[in-house]
Amino acid sequence: MNPAPVFSEKMKRISTCIGAAILIVSVTLYLALPVAALFLRTDPDTFFSTLSTPAVLNALFLSLSTSVISLGIVILIGTPFAYVHSRNDYPGKVIIDTLIDLPLVLPPAVAGLALLVLWGRVGLLGRYLSLFGISIAFTTLAVIMAQIFVASPFYLRQAKSLFEQLDPCYEQTARTLGASPLRIFATITLPLTANGLISGAVMTFGRALGEFGATIMFAGNLPGVTQTMPLAVYVGLEGNLAVGLTISILLVIISFAIMIAVRLLARRGAFHV
Amino acid sequence: MFDATIHKKLRDFSLDLAIRAGPGEIVVLMGENGAGKSSVLNIISGLISPDAGSIRLDGSLLFDSGKGINVPVEDRRIGYVFQNSAVFPHLTVRENIAFGLRSRHKPMAFIREHVGHWLKVMHIEDLADVKAGNLSGGQKQRVALARALAIKPTLLMLDEPFTALDAENIRLTKELMRTFVTNMAIPCLVVTHRMSDSRDVGDRVYVISQGKKDWEGKPKDTPAHLCRCGDA
Repeated sequence: MNPAPVFSEKMKRISTCIGAAILIVSVTLYLALPVAALFLRTDPDTFFSTLSTPAVLNALFLSLSTSVISLGIVILIGTPFAYVHSRNDYPGKVIIDTLIDLPLVLPPAVAGLALLVLWGRVGLLGRYLSLFGISIAFTTLAVIMAQIFVASPFYLRQAKSLFEQLDPCYEQTARTLGASPLRIFATITLPLTANGLISGAVMTFGRALGEFGATIMFAGNLPGVTQTMPLAVYVGLEGNLAVGLTISILLVIISFAIMIAVRLLARRGAFHV
Repeated sequence: MFDATIHKKLRDFSLDLAIRAGPGEIVVLMGENGAGKSSVLNIISGLISPDAGSIRLDGSLLFDSGKGINVPVEDRRIGYVFQNSAVFPHLTVRENIAFGLRSRHKPMAFIREHVGHWLKVMHIEDLADVKAGNLSGGQKQRVALARALAIKPTLLMLDEPFTALDAENIRLTKELMRTFVTNMAIPCLVVTHRMSDSRDVGDRVYVISQGKKDWEGKPKDTPAHLCRCGDA
């Protein structure tokens, strides 16, 4: 009996395992090391003392409040929009679908510039608003508008696909039982799509929180007014690095929590619909 | 009494049917897949509007193309059990049965009493607070039947109610169906593609092919060459 083939088979398996391990470790390190570097570059004392400085607190408050407002607007308008859009065929639907997805691939700076040339003081619509003394660009409202523009596709796409996939027999049964369209939407459609909608909302919140390019173009970088956390990180690079590091670590923690929330929701899953 | 004349242009063929069913009578619509059986139920329930014809139930016109009458689905009071039973998986069995009564704004005491009654007669009392998504196929079917009957329908319709059920649950569903249709004296339409179901539950059968009636009569008299659609 010749032992050579058995040996070469074993070697092949070992080298495959080693190759796979190198691949997994290198990809993981590439993604994890920069994040780890943020934590290693600072220490707990600096982190906690910087956390209570006005620069960090203002940016934190502004980012959280504008992101929550943006998310609220996206959910309130986006949910009925996605429902109506997914349940009806109308001319130009494909174009609307493409427009919904556009902010996902559009560079955020371009999105910011687009908002500026529309709503800015001399913009297409902004010039008429300025006649009434209304100015949107470089205000907190501009921050919210920029966040909605870049983050809403995450929710709209998810909601649209959930409503499309929901078996119509549930809503049809509810109709035969005498339920009004509003009651059907509130008691059948929404609960059966809730997990997916929440997951889309969490992603939208995360994207709004991390928004940088469109915000700096359309809303500027005014501390306490338009300087959100990502913008404060950018400022920290030129001035106080500790502030930049602290906010970055906060953003990493929040992002991590968001991803865990999405995964848990996905694992919990909806009922089989 | 249920009486309908339906004309509807479907994708592949035209549906042209005249159907009637008396109080307490179970009428079976049998045919191959895609013959238009489920479309008939959707039209009668009001989920799809026919192009022409009339639907009369219990002395009232639900649809009449000539007179421009088309009663909305919500107001037709037709108990409709869909093919996959379509119980609301996120609601409990109790909430499922109460759904139609709540939609009709019945008083709480009335709803409690009626739901209790249907839980009992369907032998699902011990499942009252279980989420319907966690039930077996047979249990789901009984919940769907109770939910459809709880609104005191003037017509009961079931689309392939025995598919995906085991032998014991098929027997039980057939027995319950016959009991309530007789006791409530309402007409009942059952869609099936199996000859054995037609023979077990049907008082009369319409064999449908390509949207047209091929044959009508007593299930036991169904010609052998028309039984090819199921397990005859």
